[in-house]
Amino acid sequence: MPTATFRIWRGQNGKGEFQDYVTEISDGMVVLDAVHRIQAEQANDLAVRWNCKAGKCGSCSAEINGNPRLMCMTRLSSLRLDQAVVLQPMKSFPSIKDLVTDVSWNFRVKKAIKPFKPRRPDAADGTWRMAQEDVDRVQEFRKCIECFLCQDVCHVLREHSLHDHFVGPRLLVYTAALEMHPLDNENRVNELRNGNGIGYCNITKCCTKVCPEGIRITDNAIIPLKERVVDEHFDPLQKLFRILRK
Amino acid sequence: MSSIDIPLQSGRFGSTKRRDRWWTQPIFTFLGLSVFIVYATWAAFQGQYYRFGPYLSPFYSPEIFGNPLHSWLGAWPAWWPSWAPISAALLILWAPGGFRLTCYYYRGAYYKAFWADPPACTVGEPRKSYRGERSFPLILQNIHRYFLYLALIFLVILGLDVWRALWFTAPDSGHVQFGIGVGTLVLAINVVLLACYTFGCHSLRHLIGGRVDEISKSSVRRNSYNCVTCLNARHMLFAWTSLFSVMFADLYVRLCAMGIWHDWRII
Repeated sequence: MPTATFRIWRGQNGKGEFQDYVTEISDGMVVLDAVHRIQAEQANDLAVRWNCKAGKCGSCSAEINGNPRLMCMTRLSSLRLDQAVVLQPMKSFPSIKDLVTDVSWNFRVKKAIKPFKPRRPDAADGTWRMAQEDVDRVQEFRKCIECFLCQDVCHVLREHSLHDHFVGPRLLVYTAALEMHPLDNENRVNELRNGNGIGYCNITKCCTKVCPEGIRITDNAIIPLKERVVDEHFDPLQKLFRILRK
Repeated sequence: MSSIDIPLQSGRFGSTKRRDRWWTQPIFTFLGLSVFIVYATWAAFQGQYYRFGPYLSPFYSPEIFGNPLHSWLGAWPAWWPSWAPISAALLILWAPGGFRLTCYYYRGAYYKAFWADPPACTVGEPRKSYRGERSFPLILQNIHRYFLYLALIFLVILGLDVWRALWFTAPDSGHVQFGIGVGTLVLAINVVLLACYTFGCHSLRHLIGGRVDEISKSSVRRNSYNCVTCLNARHMLFAWTSLFSVMFADLYVRLCAMGIWHDWRII
């Protein structure tokens, strides 16, 4: 049976080193399969987070040869196996152990975003009416599996560690899903500009490239939100129209 | 906002575990934009060879001052400072240039290619500090929609240039007659590509319908939004093709005017 070498980051709390493991591989295997085989046969204490093995839970996010990807969705046949496959934890979040990172920051920041606030019900029985095409636009954002690969690849978080000033692509997608919802009445534009730091995004589109769900994060979520910020803060004509409309 | 518990370390400039040729895209972007900037600057300062028969170079349209027979305001005024270059292109190129400079696609592209901010995804950056588009000068990128309004006006003007490029003056009789030359096609293709780029603009997509949460309430708005969205999905493609088509259109007219190329009449 053929073998492949995996160079896996081993360590705790950001300190550690890469260790090489040679393991047998077979047709159809994904990176997570190889990690499980290494865990079973050579390194029983290797920490790896996983759940569904179907690309839907977003648990097995890691960096494979420097690219943020889901280990369960990366086939070995898509990688060059004549050299060691490098596996490391996501760089934008604190390392807990080996391939596992602490992504709890995302959930803490998410709680601070203004929640869904629907308008008054359309019908007397307390229900609403929405057109399918209006809700289709935000439906794309609901595909997010919270793997946080977009947060990992975002250079604002990854290289500049501006976690205190910028919420990152995932939480901008979350905000867009609320802000563009046809029933939502809340205004989050001031928060987007100030606390959420949307101005830090310089449209590298790296987040879109790594999204395993194919969400067009930059074009459909971040730029439309940037334009809403422009409407309220940088466009005097829009401001004038708003005053006249009142 | 909630802080992260452990300070993370940023990588050295160019450091990455990526194995692919990540540098090719920023290098091609750098070369492509550099070629355009150098050529456009050179062409704008020439002030001549921008008109050939019914063709007018897009770099010089609208011709505000210039040939008294064709320009909007006649010959160059006497008060024009002697130290200032005489070129109609320099009066107008700031508008389409500003549109492209503040374009969302180009911003992402030139931040990577010229600023290495970042050089490519998951590649280490040369600078430790980062301010993004929150403060001067990059906060000025937010005026993109005003350049969009100007770009839409330019599209109409360039469309009229294509119409004028259909009417040739016979050299012997002086009569004006309908015709199509290779130059007409060059100018027409250029306008089509520019239109595809301009109508796929992210700001236009927002203004035409994206700012509204219930887009289905107006069929005109919904259809317009869907059309812009369709073009927007190919914004990068049209950004590059229109960039080179406008450069080629100027080159074509210039070389014909200089007598180096011959303009073939199709009809």
